[in-house]
Order: sequence, then C-alpha cells, then structure tokens
Amino acid sequence: MAKGKLTFTDIGVTVNVPAGTRVIEVSEKVGAGIIYGCREGDCGTCLMRVESGMEFLSEPTALEDKVLKENMAGKDMRLACQAQVLGEGEVKLRPA
Amino acid sequence: MAPRGQQAVEIADDVHWIGALDPNLRTFDLILKTANGTTYNAYAVRGAKGVAVIDTVKEEFSGDFFTRLEQVARYEEITAVVLNHLEPDHTGAVPELMRRAPQAHIYVSQRGLKLLSALLKDELEKYVYTLTDTGDVCDLGDRRLTFVNTPYLHWPDTQCTFLEDRRLLFSGDVFGCHFCDERLYNDLVGDFRFSYEYYFKHIMRPFKRYVLEAVDKIEPLDPLLIAPAHGPILRDNPLDYVRSYRKLSNSYLPNEVEGKEKSLLVFYMSAYGATADMARSVYEGAGEVEGVRVSLYDLQGGEIEPFVDLIEGADGLVFGSPTINGDAVKPVWDVLASLISIETRGKLGGAFGSYGWSGEAVPMIEDRLRGLKMRVPEKGPRVKFHPTEGELVVCRAYGRALAESLAGKTRPKEIDLADL
Repeated sequence: MAKGKLTFTDIGVTVNVPAGTRVIEVSEKVGAGIIYGCREGDCGTCLMRVESGMEFLSEPTALEDKVLKENMAGKDMRLACQAQVLGEGEVKLRPA
Repeated sequence: MAPRGQQAVEIADDVHWIGALDPNLRTFDLILKTANGTTYNAYAVRGAKGVAVIDTVKEEFSGDFFTRLEQVARYEEITAVVLNHLEPDHTGAVPELMRRAPQAHIYVSQRGLKLLSALLKDELEKYVYTLTDTGDVCDLGDRRLTFVNTPYLHWPDTQCTFLEDRRLLFSGDVFGCHFCDERLYNDLVGDFRFSYEYYFKHIMRPFKRYVLEAVDKIEPLDPLLIAPAHGPILRDNPLDYVRSYRKLSNSYLPNEVEGKEKSLLVFYMSAYGATADMARSVYEGAGEVEGVRVSLYDLQGGEIEPFVDLIEGADGLVFGSPTINGDAVKPVWDVLASLISIETRGKLGGAFGSYGWSGEAVPMIEDRLRGLKMRVPEKGPRVKFHPTEGELVVCRAYGRALAESLAGKTRPKEIDLADL
C-alpha cells in the first residue's frame, strides 16, 4: 500500500502513514497543536495550514469547500478532520 | 424614562428600546444564576430612508417586542434587520419579524450566516441579506450604522453596531449582564456591579484575548452610549465599562512566571500513596527542564475555584488519578468540568495514575483534555498498585518529556502510524 509522510511542524514529528489516512487520525495521537470541534467537517475548528505538499492530500469535498469559504480560509488551508493523505509524498502541516 | 407597561423607550433621537423584561428568570442557559432576572434588549433606529431593527428577543417575549416595535414603526418602513448575535434569546422573534417585514435587508456577520440559515431554514431564500465585516455600513439616509466585527464575544458570529451620529454602540452581549430593572439606565437601576462581573466571568472569560482585540476596536469609537443586548443601558461613564473589560481580561492572579518561562501544573489524588509517588516523580522529571516552572498540588487539599484560576494562567496541566470502579475519581472530574469558564485551547495536557484492575482513568482523562482542545503529546504512564523504582523512572521521564514539549525542546522525530 502507498505510504505518505505527515510532518507536524509545530512539534517536529513526522509520521509515516498509509494512503487514505485522515490527518485527524494522526495529529491527536502525536499531540500536535491542531484542535478539533465537531470532527465531521462542519464547524471549521480544525483549520490547518499546509506548508507544503498540498498535492499529496485529497481534494476538498463540496462540504469542506463550503466550510473553508465560510471561514475565509486561504488557499493553503484545509480541515484536518477531512483531508486524507494520498501517499507517495510528504505533507507539512501546522495549526492555522 | 422607564418602560411603563409595554411602552417603547426613546434612548436617543429616533432610537428606541423595544426589548422585553424578564424579571422572573433565575437560571439562564442552564449555567448562569440571576437574582434579578434579565432583559432582552432590542432597538429601533429611524433614519430618512427607513427603520433599522437591531436584535430581537427570546421567542416567548415576542409579544412585548412587537407591541413596542409597532409604537415606533410600521412594518413596511423597516429597511434593515441587524443581528449582532444569533443565539435564540436575541433571535426568537426574527422569523416572525421577517414574515411581517419581508422587504427588510438582514445584516449579519460572515460567521453568522450558518446560524441564520439554521434559524430561518427554507424561509431564508425569500429574504435579502448582507454579510458584514468591520467598517461595513448600513445606510439609513441621514444616518449610518457601522459594523464592528467582534468574533468570539462570545460566539464566532458576534458583532457590534455603531450609530455614528449619536456615537451609540449596540454591543450585543458585550458589556451586558443579567439584571432586570425597568429603569433601564445604569445610573438609575439598582447595584448591578456583581451581575456585570459575574456575566463577564461566565460568558466572556474564556475569550479574553478576543475581548482585548475588541476593546482595541471599540475604545477609539469613544461611545457616548452603550446599548447591550442584556441588562442596563450604559449612559453614565460608558467608557468605564469598556475599560473594565480590559481589566477583567487580565489574569486573575499576578503572573509569577516570567515571559520566557512556561508553567506546568501537576495535580493528583491518591488513595494509597501510589499515584502520589508517581506524581512526585512526574514533578521531579519536569523540574529538570530549564525554562519550565513546575507546581505540584494534591486535589484533596484545595478548592476548585482557585485551581481554575491557576489553570487559566498555566501552559500545561497533568492530572494523576487512580482508577476506581473503572473511572477517574470525582475530584479530578470536578476540576475538568469546571474549565468551561476559561480558555484551555492549546494548553498542553497529560494524565497518569495507579490502578488495581483495569486502569481506565488515564485514557479517559486524556480524552477529556483533548475535548478541551488541549494537545496531549505523550501517552501517560499507568502503574498497577505501587510503582517500582523502574516505574518511577518512567514517570520521571514522562514528566521530563512533557516539560520538554512545553518548552519547545522536543527533538524532531519520525515514526510509523502503527507505533502510536
């Protein structure tokens, strides 16, 4: 199975994860600073900034796109509860 | 002048209070006590081009609201409905108001749209709305309402609205309190100082940094009158109330920890001394890290409120609890259930404890800390019965790791998901 790397730059931890892993499944376990509210893509609490490797994350769904717009998120921002790792690349993240 | 019967009250030229009095309320939103009831303040501002209604009331008081509104405006004259905050105690009459004045233009903050949609459901598509930001204007012809975005005071959607010609700030929940006195003005009503501070402490306190940002925006407006959505209208020394928000947003305790230091608090409860021994090792390990001031507290020896004040000013919290009947002990939960009134977001958290059979307390506390939007960087140690010397070494290392994480001294590392 394809693997990708998620690097949480606020705590300096890189985790090797299989494709399909959502950021939320990893960030809490490593104690990164991304925080969560509803955990289902509605509240916008888990906005994160993607420093590099956006192309290695799944495209936002219509739901996530709507919430990103409502929260006036920049192009480098995603919801950590929604974004999935596609694999084969490193994604560097930090809390928004 | 007090609202006699159901009279609207003119608080400035062509500006009327059209809210409702609720003197019998004793508990608000399940969490706030009030010995004086509350008021739901709504206002109508008349300009050359129409009337703006600013906020409404709790639904069951809609009758009072519409009675007062009808004294000062006809529905067809209403050109604007400004919603400073979308909680039900201010929007209860909005659906009916919009049915009666469907031509009115709704003004709501960007973050308020989602709530407006939830409030009006399918009816929203019948109306026109504008999403506001700081500096945006609602033009009433000869007078203007300017919007001031004040997010998180106390919801993401909250805003204030400023009537420029009268320097009148419609502040929503900001500078409000639960106090019902039909004399309405701060220089006429009874002593509401306690209610004002109590309201801040329970509603605004978790959002102190946003309060300070908002005060920075509001002070330069130099309002002559502040008309909040609850409690007395502030016409006597209104700026004193703005300044009090700044003062109340400072820490309740003088900060003994220098800016370059981080503060880590270790709390514990112990039935047989095992968790206490672990706590001491966590404390000692954390104390080895330069730049972190560590404190150790036995929860049996203190009361919740001072602990909450301490926690508010701390950067990290660790809780030691034995597991009894598959749960953490009640004093730990009591503290963890009392943090609603402070900001915990972004603090560092951890848990450890001794147990006899199953040891659920540690992961349960860690989950609660995550729920409080804290980061939990290390899996907390659990020890069956009394810790051995080796297990105390593990506790010491745990304390050190937490402190290093707090101080930003963790070395970069690479791991596999399966190892987590």
